[in-house]
Amino acid sequence: MPRPWGSPVSAPAFESAPVVLDVAGLSVRLAGWGEGPPLVDGVSFQIRQGETLCLVGESGSGKSVTSLAIMGLLPKGALLPSGERLTLAGEDLLTASPRRLRQLRATTMSMIFQEPMTALNPVVPVGRQIDEVLRAHTSLPAAERRQRIMAIMEQVRLPDVERIYASYPHQLSGGQRQRIMIAMALVLDPKLLIADEPTTALDVTTQKQILALIRELQERHDTAVLFITHDMGVVAEIADRVCVMRSGRIVEVGPLDRILRTPQEAYTRDLLQSVPSLIPRPARAASDAPVILQTSGLDKTYRERSFLGRAREVAAARDVSIEVRKGRTLGVVGESGSGKSTVARCIARLIEPTGGSIRIKGEEVSSLSRAAFRPFRRHIQIVFQDPYRSLNPRITVGESIIEGPVNFGMTREAAFERAREILKIVGLSPDALNRYPHQFSGGQRQRIAIARALAMEPDVLIADEAVSALDVSVQAQVLQLFDEIQARLGIAILFITHDLRVAAQICDDVAVMQNGRIVEYGPAEQVLRHPREPYTRQLFEAAPGRDWDFAHFRPLTPSGEPVA
Amino acid sequence: MTPDAPAARPRQHGILAHAGALGIAPWIAIVCLVLVVTVAILAPWIAPHDPTLLAPSRRLRPPSGEFPLGTDVYGRDLLSRILYGARLSLVVGVGAALVSVVLGLAIGLVSGFFRWLDAVVMRIMDGLMAIPSILLAIAIVSLSGATLTTVLVAIIIPEIPRVVRLVRAVVLSAREEPYVEAAISVGTRLPKILWRHIMPNTFAPLIVQGTYVCASAILTEAILSFLGAGIRPEIPTWGNIMAEGRTYFQLKPSLIFWPGLLLSITILSVNLLGDAARDTLDPRLNRGGRT
Repeated sequence: MPRPWGSPVSAPAFESAPVVLDVAGLSVRLAGWGEGPPLVDGVSFQIRQGETLCLVGESGSGKSVTSLAIMGLLPKGALLPSGERLTLAGEDLLTASPRRLRQLRATTMSMIFQEPMTALNPVVPVGRQIDEVLRAHTSLPAAERRQRIMAIMEQVRLPDVERIYASYPHQLSGGQRQRIMIAMALVLDPKLLIADEPTTALDVTTQKQILALIRELQERHDTAVLFITHDMGVVAEIADRVCVMRSGRIVEVGPLDRILRTPQEAYTRDLLQSVPSLIPRPARAASDAPVILQTSGLDKTYRERSFLGRAREVAAARDVSIEVRKGRTLGVVGESGSGKSTVARCIARLIEPTGGSIRIKGEEVSSLSRAAFRPFRRHIQIVFQDPYRSLNPRITVGESIIEGPVNFGMTREAAFERAREILKIVGLSPDALNRYPHQFSGGQRQRIAIARALAMEPDVLIADEAVSALDVSVQAQVLQLFDEIQARLGIAILFITHDLRVAAQICDDVAVMQNGRIVEYGPAEQVLRHPREPYTRQLFEAAPGRDWDFAHFRPLTPSGEPVA
Repeated sequence: MTPDAPAARPRQHGILAHAGALGIAPWIAIVCLVLVVTVAILAPWIAPHDPTLLAPSRRLRPPSGEFPLGTDVYGRDLLSRILYGARLSLVVGVGAALVSVVLGLAIGLVSGFFRWLDAVVMRIMDGLMAIPSILLAIAIVSLSGATLTTVLVAIIIPEIPRVVRLVRAVVLSAREEPYVEAAISVGTRLPKILWRHIMPNTFAPLIVQGTYVCASAILTEAILSFLGAGIRPEIPTWGNIMAEGRTYFQLKPSLIFWPGLLLSITILSVNLLGDAARDTLDPRLNRGGRT
């Protein structure tokens, strides 16, 4: 639901609505671990009919465990819930029998998850999966069930419901799958809907539609919604009230507007201030430093040969021409499938480009064989998205960092010496060298991955969604680290991201990609503030929370100016 | 399907569930195997008689102080033959497991990483897999004579494709891991990538597969001996003893009962150990604290 910008959210009078979910002093402990710290510690909140409460927090804050405890879905014998009160529409959930809980799920409370592909059964048509819910909980005749399914599928705005009824999950898009999940959750008109990061796996434009849909259905059915997210932008779009969680405790509760404008707790302020602004940072003076990396007309086409059919060609990247100067950052933004990672991987030569040219420091490298390219590898290094998988878990951090330099002839002693210095640059203590990746947090691991790349003394650093998997406060630190590295070493950075906020804060230039092509390319200030292409504008408008300047606790006008 | 089954979440709790859930079975299996191995090693010292000494005068004796399990149809001491038989069975089991794992690992690694080799190698492996192992064993043994080596070769060849497939599957998924791509991008050469970053991923499934190969090799050797296509009948193996006892089964069932019992216990133990290894080495729990 679009809200008039700047105006305080017109809070409906929820005070008079009946309480749907009442949680008081809810704690969840690990079973059999004695007096260890609880995962959820004395959490209390209420949700009234028609209200949306957002549980917001970083990873490990206990927000998902809280929702599972409410649904009665905590793994039996491993996590134990306890508390003063946990009632749904007046009925106690803590003492309810498993049988009763099973009845309540779907009829009175239901849940949608982050990844609709894994939450749907891949071998059953989606219509029948919705039908299963009706068959399990109602005694309606088949014709009536079908009618109801069609009605709910219309309500979640699925096109061509007859065809989709008989479709399998893999035949639908991510957004359509999430709509099916929502239809399934709402088909029995539950009083409470729990949405656990339901839009995190979706592209921004789809996310916008799904958020609007949840809002719309909620108003129509007067459902209470418990919405779990890590994204302040999403919170600003959907919440009536906000509950900030940290380490299993509730830090602060309040109406959306109050939390965003006048947060009381230091942690809430930190969280808000870590959200990167959509307004590009002040542009740096134009650079006439030498061009380090240049592609022109870069193509990557995948050929699929099916068993009997004709060969099918899929162009992952078409006619991509970009250039990065020494000490500058180029952002490549786009939704999933836009080809941004393909470009990065072609440049890092993890996949072979099918056409066009790539020049590194003026030398043409795209036509070189893999072996002939090897000497150029030290000039180009890449940092990946997932810090948990980009380090070999079986070797020490030191071994990972020195691997590259040793490959290029440095002695182990000298490489370790350099690794120690580089760890200092990325903000880690040198004694990290002898430890293993699992002893570090996600943010620390990403620093290690950056250190590994820097150990090669590259001229170009490719960051492929390098901050996307990190919590927002950690993300801010890692972004700052990229900046410091650039200032110190004069490195050129190619920054691949789906997040316009991140792009706005780190890039000098931005290239927007769609379906393998660059649709808009120019200085960040121009592309992000005055986009010429409709697609760029569409991306921008879909960015959640774009009416807020979170870091300064104030709303924004549509043109990005602070409200007076 | 409303979320009666929590999707994707409960993974992190698997560790807790596993630690206590292994139970007592693997420990019993370990005790049994230690006993069998000890007995096999100590056979020359603890066997009361020479297992090959023919003495027609005392054939088919019932159990007594001198012959605890009685004697067989040629008057040889059954207990001594079973004790010596354990040696051969274990050599066959462990040998087959080691050789097939090592060869399968090498072929699987190369096949998984080099696309152009993969098609050829895997078709050969498919071919080998299509040959019934017992028939192949009988063919090889009858062509080149029954020695320990030929029996081992006959058992190992059909096992290799299974190991290769397993290793190849692990390699195919491991080569997509970002840390492998990171190694490529810091210029690490292929052999080192295979050795350092990919091969260690295969160890856990290989240990499990190895125990299954071991158990099935012991069984196949026994079957081959039983069918008369195995190692020469004067050398005691559990299969041989049973094969000879078959004729006198009604007269003296213990000739088949005792070696059969030991064979069953050994194979059951090895398999239980394999299951336990699979549970503790489950790669999902081995990812290093991913929650």
